[in-house]
Amino acid sequence: MIDDKTPLIETVDLHKDFGQLKVLKGISEKIYKGEVVTIIGPSGGGKSTFLRCLNLLEIPTSGKVIFESEELDAKATDLNRHRQKIGMVFQLFNVFPHLKVIDNITLAPILEKKIPKEQAEAKAMELLKMVGLEDKAQEYPRKLSGGQKQRLAIVRALAMEPDVMLFDEPTSALDPEMVKGVLEVIQNLAESGMTCVIVTHEMGFAKKISDRVLFIDDGIVAESGTPEELFEHPKNPRTQEFLSQVL
Amino acid sequence: MGESIFSVLYKYWPIFLRGLLGTLEYASIAVAIGTVLGALIAVLRLSKNKVLYGISSVYVNVLRGTPLLVQMYIAYFFIPMAIPALNSIDKVYYVMLALILNSSAYVAEIIRGGINSVDKGQTEAARSLGMTASHTMFRIVFPQAIKNILPSLGNEYIAMIKETSLAGTFMLYELMYTRTLLANKFLVWQPLFIIAGIYLIVTLVLSAIVKKMERKLSVSD
Repeated sequence: MIDDKTPLIETVDLHKDFGQLKVLKGISEKIYKGEVVTIIGPSGGGKSTFLRCLNLLEIPTSGKVIFESEELDAKATDLNRHRQKIGMVFQLFNVFPHLKVIDNITLAPILEKKIPKEQAEAKAMELLKMVGLEDKAQEYPRKLSGGQKQRLAIVRALAMEPDVMLFDEPTSALDPEMVKGVLEVIQNLAESGMTCVIVTHEMGFAKKISDRVLFIDDGIVAESGTPEELFEHPKNPRTQEFLSQVL
Repeated sequence: MGESIFSVLYKYWPIFLRGLLGTLEYASIAVAIGTVLGALIAVLRLSKNKVLYGISSVYVNVLRGTPLLVQMYIAYFFIPMAIPALNSIDKVYYVMLALILNSSAYVAEIIRGGINSVDKGQTEAARSLGMTASHTMFRIVFPQAIKNILPSLGNEYIAMIKETSLAGTFMLYELMYTRTLLANKFLVWQPLFIIAGIYLIVTLVLSAIVKKMERKLSVSD
């Protein structure tokens, strides 16, 4: 099992090129169990690419991703087993439009973890209740607002009982009045001890919720530290410049 | 001018009916078998394997890039010549083969297009949940792709109904072949308008059905 001294996720000298474009230029980071890490930085700096490398949605050009002491390998069949333990939430929700809300949640547990249907549905109802969507269980996602879709996407990932949750700009596509509800769900999750890695533009949220903040710019972690260190006393001129623009 | 269109239709309607049934039969067989074959070709076209992709691309491009009539001639004359053992087979089947292969190339592109039209985020979400590639394809991508594929298949069927008119050239009994039959009775222009009218009615009715199907399928979006 993972103890407090072994990282839950570790990246070693992670590089990612898209053709000629070098997006990640060597990121070595360790994320420990129970940690809440937010990633901030300018658009195009590599934040999302870094996050998407953590479950190999993007396959790194070079470098390693080590999850629970095992190196993730895009060609190995047990990648699916590892991914079950790494929940991911996307900017554009990516709920399954052809499935009812409850089936969105139960499909993967039933198919991939062979959980009996009734048990998966009971668990799904519990999760829906947690995010205030229990009365939408039998609806199709088209009936949901953006904020509701994102909450559905979060519990869909949670239904696999992951060890870590990755959030890729979870509120960037939401109407302003929807943002709060989604952030509350993420905050509750973080406070319950879930390991979270969150790419976000919500600086106030990052400041409030994080154990550690990474500032990713131009393909590297230009600065990292506690929210206080990073937001109040940034050392890197690039961090200072970025924060002066967004705060 | 001779006889009126109506009196020709009245006198010879069983011939036209048999022609229409032939047309529908040939088009149905071509699209049905073409769909099965086309699905296989589409899988190859979506494959990351360069050889499989290359072969299937050549197949699709050749069949879509050359006229069906040429393909029929090649099937009709060349296959029995190249493989004498096949000489005893009724040449109708060669013409059918050309129709089926031609249809499979168009269907392959319809299926490939339908699958590619599903948002990439759907695949990413499924894979990030740890779903296998085949579960992702059959439970997430394909059920969404089918909404784009079905109406296009309907349109392919409508196109094929018109294309089968070329089979009359090879004495297959379909709607266009009735022209040849009645020309022997010195009826030259009347059958042409009757044939055109029947094609028009059939394609209009089928188009209306496809439109209705399209509306129904888009409800859940």
